[in-house]
Amino acid sequence: MADLSTEFLGIKSPNPFWLASAPPTDKAYNVDRAFEAGWGGVVWKTLGEAGPPVVNVNGPRYGAIWGPDRRLLGLNNIELITDRDLEVNLREIADVKKRWPDRAMIASIMVPCEEQAWKAILPRVEDTGADGIELNFGCPHGMSERGMGSAVGQVPEYIQMVAEWCKAHSRLPVIVKLTPNITDIRYPARAAKRGGADAVSLINTISSITSVNLDTFSPEPSIDGKGSHGGYCGPAVKPIALNMVAEIARDGETRGLPISGIGGITTWRDAAEFIALGCGTVQVCTAAMTYGFKIVEEMADGLSEWMDEKGYRTIDDFKGMAVPNVTDWQYLNLNYVTKAHIDQDLCIKCGRCHIACEDTSHQAITSMVDGVRHFEVIDEECVGCNLCVNVCPVEDCITMEQMVAGTDPRTNKPIDPGYANWTQHPNNPMAAKEAAE
Amino acid sequence: MTTLQPAQRDVRSGRLAPDQYAENFTDLHPRLDHHEALVEADRCYFCYDAPCMNACPTGIDIPLFIRQIAVDNPTGAAKTILKANILGGMCARVCPTETLCEEVCVRETAEGKPVKIGQLQRYATDHLMETASDHPFKRAATTGKRVAVVGAGPAGLSCAHRLAMLGHDVAILDSRAKGGGLNEYGIAAYKAVDGFAQAELDFILAIGGIEVRNGVTLGSDVTLNDLARDYDAVFLGMGLPGVNDLGLDGADADGIIDAVDYIARLRQTDDLASLPVGRRVVVIGGGMTAIDVATQVKLLGAEEVTICYRRGQEAMNASEYEQELAQTAGVTIRHWLRPHAIVRGDGGEVAGMQFEYTAQPNGKLVGTGETLFLPADQIFKAIGQTFDAGPLAGADVKLEAGRISTDDTRRTSMAGVWAGGDCIAGGEDLTVVSVEDGKIAAMDIHQALTA
Repeated sequence: MADLSTEFLGIKSPNPFWLASAPPTDKAYNVDRAFEAGWGGVVWKTLGEAGPPVVNVNGPRYGAIWGPDRRLLGLNNIELITDRDLEVNLREIADVKKRWPDRAMIASIMVPCEEQAWKAILPRVEDTGADGIELNFGCPHGMSERGMGSAVGQVPEYIQMVAEWCKAHSRLPVIVKLTPNITDIRYPARAAKRGGADAVSLINTISSITSVNLDTFSPEPSIDGKGSHGGYCGPAVKPIALNMVAEIARDGETRGLPISGIGGITTWRDAAEFIALGCGTVQVCTAAMTYGFKIVEEMADGLSEWMDEKGYRTIDDFKGMAVPNVTDWQYLNLNYVTKAHIDQDLCIKCGRCHIACEDTSHQAITSMVDGVRHFEVIDEECVGCNLCVNVCPVEDCITMEQMVAGTDPRTNKPIDPGYANWTQHPNNPMAAKEAAE
Repeated sequence: MTTLQPAQRDVRSGRLAPDQYAENFTDLHPRLDHHEALVEADRCYFCYDAPCMNACPTGIDIPLFIRQIAVDNPTGAAKTILKANILGGMCARVCPTETLCEEVCVRETAEGKPVKIGQLQRYATDHLMETASDHPFKRAATTGKRVAVVGAGPAGLSCAHRLAMLGHDVAILDSRAKGGGLNEYGIAAYKAVDGFAQAELDFILAIGGIEVRNGVTLGSDVTLNDLARDYDAVFLGMGLPGVNDLGLDGADADGIIDAVDYIARLRQTDDLASLPVGRRVVVIGGGMTAIDVATQVKLLGAEEVTICYRRGQEAMNASEYEQELAQTAGVTIRHWLRPHAIVRGDGGEVAGMQFEYTAQPNGKLVGTGETLFLPADQIFKAIGQTFDAGPLAGADVKLEAGRISTDDTRRTSMAGVWAGGDCIAGGEDLTVVSVEDGKIAAMDIHQALTA
């Protein structure tokens, strides 16, 4: 039986599944329920300064996109940080941590970019017994208009500065939560590291408008006929998050910096992928908001079964295993030749592979052979692009098969078993030239 | 010792409690609701050169209309359907989709569960017919040409609508009191509830340029030669008014009933409880009419309904789905039995039927000599309909295998006369095929009149 327990920045939790700082972690009531359900830790909904709390809109806070059966694919929100009094939150954090000493309790914080503001709140948080803090430099809506959230996360110098304050005024481990609303995630991550942050967590939500109401011409969610961009999350953002995590995991400056992965994690498999890209824990929000806290049972069980099957005893056994396989395009092996292959026994003859290839790609799949509806790859035309695999509705019907020997009928070039990439390619004007004799 | 008395003949109306009729004759497939339609539409793979489309006799662009439903454009979906088949609403209800589009759906190949094409088609067409304020198609500028259409059934209506759309003026002559043909008089009641046949007729006529003259019978009120003289073209969509004969003594006995007539009566009555229903009923035949009459008589309260067909199950014209529909209603289907003799009671009325078992040892159907008696209060004949050439007397219209002979464009041997639907040779006796016949003929008539 696999051991799912994790130790992240010295913070122990019985499994790597934490609830992200978000509506599900705004109150003791919710967090108690989460821990009862089996979550390994929570990042408490972001705390603001002492004094009158922020206010939220009183209309819809969420927008969404759905699959045809109303499966929630992407969610967006315009909710701000906690709108409850700081004192209430701090008291509840302390109470819950006492009740659940084995779970990770992280406090998310967002106060103005002034040292005094951070200096004021940090000891209060420390007093709760929380295990660590997460600096919310990510929220793209509302708070960013007031110079907080992603407004900080988009300026690496600010990230470094605030991280330094936090390290100076608190003994707690510091996690910097990054916004994806930037051009290159490595810069804010490097700044966090330079500021002394112990870890980064990512991604926060992506600036978004989920839809436009074509009757009222208001963006959704609509507040009295107007809308404001929200933060996008849920399954739709996972690929973006995976890439950003990988960029940080393999960057020369940030390699080895602990990462808590966030972004559309819905199943054990999603979690395993984030961990394989170097994450020490994962944070979940939309999946819980869609299905309730019980989903952690599936996540923990699925991950455990998979680890048993693969022979991984602990999370560390496979953590980061995919990182070395993420590389730049220029280093991909150009001698690796594949051709699509259609299993005629599985083919249901929908013709989607044909029309995708015929209309939009390389005219490499037949539709008719000897007057009969028949879909077959023409190796002479197939560039191995994988589009047919992706559009085929039948699992494993079309597979990409590597050519290991012989001649590629498309290029008429022999298959080279060696490795060669763009940096060496004759068509590349920048290619490293062999030294002249 | 008791003596077994022959069962008393028992034919009655009003066998059921009043509210049971409405329940038994409710819509066979309630319409998909909005969400069900979106989910079902999403199952469509939008196949290339889709097999379903090729299997549809009217060539409806099925993947396109389903995609239009999936993206919440049911009006557009309906137009896609109606462009190819103006009776798309009725076809959605009565087409044997299990042997047409849905049989070849790749989802059928993949998992044995085709996309519910028929029900999606109904979702779209119902939506348009109930919400559109205008007829979806506009008439072309008038050509001044006049076409007579004989028969207001599916073939005639399809032909008339297409001709009207192309700018011709059409007069439809129909001998019955109402238009719609078999849609009005022949389809099982639970397949076209709430007066759909008349609603669809009104919808089709709303394009304008079509005049319907009911109660006008070809042959007696007007001759084909008259029509050919007075109109620029004539289309014959006369259907099959005759029925095959049992060829047995006593076929006129009280209780021997023509299934087609009975169904027409059932469709036209305001009170299902008024129909006479036997306690034990035998239906002879293996096609859709046999299924329809057997199922409906059972739903009217008959205690025991048995369909007897002279060949095996696989030879039945009614699809397996339709057979199951009847069986689910409680009808027994028996095979390899052919009528041998009508057994009559003392008053000459039907008491039952003697059947002979059959076999097909060398591909030829033969009687085995063994017989079986089935007591029956009513015996329904559903052994096929026939064309009646009488109304064509005096006109030069050639027949082939007892029906009107036409070429690929539905021209008959008589100049200026086209024909389609069940009345032509090679007809498949399907609504959707009749619609296509009417469309093909209309296109050819248009070509002939505007050349």
